[in-house]
Amino acid sequence: MTSISSASPAFTGNDPENRLFGPLPDVTGEAGYEDDHPARVGFFTDTSVCIGCKACEVACKEWNTLPMDDADGNRDAMGLSGMSYDNTGMLGANSWRHVAFVEQSRAVDLPMPSIGLPAAPGQGTDGGGGCGGSCGSAESPSHGAADGTTVAQHDVLNAQALSSFDPQTSQSADREIRWLMSSDVCKHCTHAGCLDVCPTGALFRTEFGTVVVQDDICNGCGYCVPACPYGVIDQRKDDGRVFKCTMCYDRLTDGLQPACATACPTQSIQFGDLEELQARADARLATLQGQGVETARLYGRDTDDGVGGAGAFFLLLDEPEVYGLPPDPVVTTRDLPSMWRHAAGAAAMLVGIAVTSFLGRRR
Amino acid sequence: MTGPQHGPEVTQEQSPGLSETGVPAEAVDAPLDHRPGTSGVATPGGGWRKADGPSALKREKRKRKGGGRRGGARDGDPTVGDADFQSYYGRQIVKSAVWKTPDVPLYLFLGGAAGSASVLGAMAEFTDRPALARTAHLIAGGGAIASVGFLIHDLGRPERFLHMLRVFKPTSPLSVGSYILSPFSAFTGATAALHLLGQVPAVRGSSGWVPRLVRSVGLRRTVGVAGAAFGGPMAAYTAVLLANTATPSWHEPGDQLPFVFTGSGLAAGGGLSMVFTPVDQAGPARKAAVVGAAVELVAMHKVEHDHGIVSEPFHIGRAGTLLRLAKACTATGAVGAAVLGGRRWGAVASGVLLAAGSALTRFGVFDAGMASSKDPKYVVVPQRARMAARAEAAAAEAAAAS
Repeated sequence: MTSISSASPAFTGNDPENRLFGPLPDVTGEAGYEDDHPARVGFFTDTSVCIGCKACEVACKEWNTLPMDDADGNRDAMGLSGMSYDNTGMLGANSWRHVAFVEQSRAVDLPMPSIGLPAAPGQGTDGGGGCGGSCGSAESPSHGAADGTTVAQHDVLNAQALSSFDPQTSQSADREIRWLMSSDVCKHCTHAGCLDVCPTGALFRTEFGTVVVQDDICNGCGYCVPACPYGVIDQRKDDGRVFKCTMCYDRLTDGLQPACATACPTQSIQFGDLEELQARADARLATLQGQGVETARLYGRDTDDGVGGAGAFFLLLDEPEVYGLPPDPVVTTRDLPSMWRHAAGAAAMLVGIAVTSFLGRRR
Repeated sequence: MTGPQHGPEVTQEQSPGLSETGVPAEAVDAPLDHRPGTSGVATPGGGWRKADGPSALKREKRKRKGGGRRGGARDGDPTVGDADFQSYYGRQIVKSAVWKTPDVPLYLFLGGAAGSASVLGAMAEFTDRPALARTAHLIAGGGAIASVGFLIHDLGRPERFLHMLRVFKPTSPLSVGSYILSPFSAFTGATAALHLLGQVPAVRGSSGWVPRLVRSVGLRRTVGVAGAAFGGPMAAYTAVLLANTATPSWHEPGDQLPFVFTGSGLAAGGGLSMVFTPVDQAGPARKAAVVGAAVELVAMHKVEHDHGIVSEPFHIGRAGTLLRLAKACTATGAVGAAVLGGRRWGAVASGVLLAAGSALTRFGVFDAGMASSKDPKYVVVPQRARMAARAEAAAAEAAAAS
């Protein structure tokens, strides 16, 4: 093995195009591993089959002996978040898997025989599919007692609503309720901001293409914490060092799957070679879209995105920000060359001003 | 696509906080709803919206009361003000920096002051201004040593501070900074020590080779110039340190912050030198401080106004207060130094004001970034705008191709 750089592909490889940003087919090789390195591995988290059981969280805590904390990351504190079934709250130093719970509702916009409201004039005329003039009937007397819910029935185009179907849905009277559940995790980015900015080399790229902190090197400078565009890595306050998902590096080296993927009862969390997972995800997306789940989309799958594609990517049923994910994350290092150039200009300006202030009349 | 009644009702239904602001819903909806290829909460076809519990509602309202103010931003800027966006129960997306305050803001201030003072000191050595040289070198050395102390104290594992020099990574401003700060603090600290030791009676009176070496002007000048070589980078790199993060209000103005920080560093270094130097030798410090203050004010104005919604944290809350104070101190100090800097009391007063303005700027910039990381608005809205612009460009390209 040649020298393995702890820097991201940046400034170490021979491809000047994509060392800081952009697609990078062999991130492990770019980090300095020989050609016979293992294939890049990853997680595909299919949230459409997540049941929110949190087995992944528990398995992760158990395997990695992570301490207890509350939804705001306070160590050894027990507290309810008060917002949902989610009392883990966020990814952090002590939570390397986080199951997000999103409770959503929408008005039912078609006259469904089983659930009623057939007499509502607005409903009757809307059944044709188009909005037409009947949209204005939202203010009609039959909706006199209506709150915003019934008014909103008319905000959704019926034809489209008819075609949409979500597996995590239930109905109650004129409202549909659905739960979005998603097990979030470190993305193990192709261009990892945490890895780029780590000044000690504690963060490094493993032979599996994942990003891991060496806790015997980390000196707790904390730079990786604000550098992560997803807000994954965090400092354990009483310890001083930073911690995040290792994709169970210790299990991988022994040929085992990560704890969370092993524990997942619905195969929402799938572990494997990244290329294979990507193909599987594309197929799953096509299936769902074929079934009419219009809102299904892959997140972190695109190798042209701001982090060069993620090692852990997701199938989501709504916009990323609904799950607490940034909609368009970009590795901060993409803009670093420009910042360095401006800093060099600013430093030269400082010296220039200081030196020229000695010129001229002596006083 | 959308029915005529679409805007107001949906907004009222999904986000009670928004309707109370009185912002026309179409105006804030438009950029988000009519993006091709996405289907948000208010888009036909989805219709899903967050079923908020009461506590979550209250949280949103509170947030909007505090965070939705227009601040001092330009009128007509569509991205400033109450923006429509979704989030996970209003929780922050990126993590806030774990750097301690006042450690890190003070480090930014001292690094800037020391960096510019080291250059002033070295120049003063060669232009026969012994008092200015001494003052500036003591500021540079003292500031640099204190900086090292603050930085090490800020580490989660201070005993491992030498791990900073394990590797060299140009992608890490903190790594580059470690290789700037180490020689800078060593050289400027040595220069300051030579100045101080030269005054010790035992050294002055002795003729041994060590005392003679300590008194040697050549050695002091050499070490002083070596330190000054790192002075500019020292004052500038800390801006990149903040900017190279995912913290929205630090990252976006990343090309302007270096000029804020070096200008501010000149104002602080020059200002402090004025305070402790007789006025007949302090002329260059005065000039450098005034020009630096002007640079700081201009660059900071751009930071505060060029970046749409991401500029907002610089205007509101504690950061806004600090930065308004900073501007008042810096402007008053600069005018005072230019007009009254020739008198002793004028030099002291304006020098103190300039240094205070510089310190307040650092604390304000630090605070604004922290505030921007805590509100998901500053992450989601600019990224959505970026995606919309990209989709628009792609559509335009496709239209041009066909």
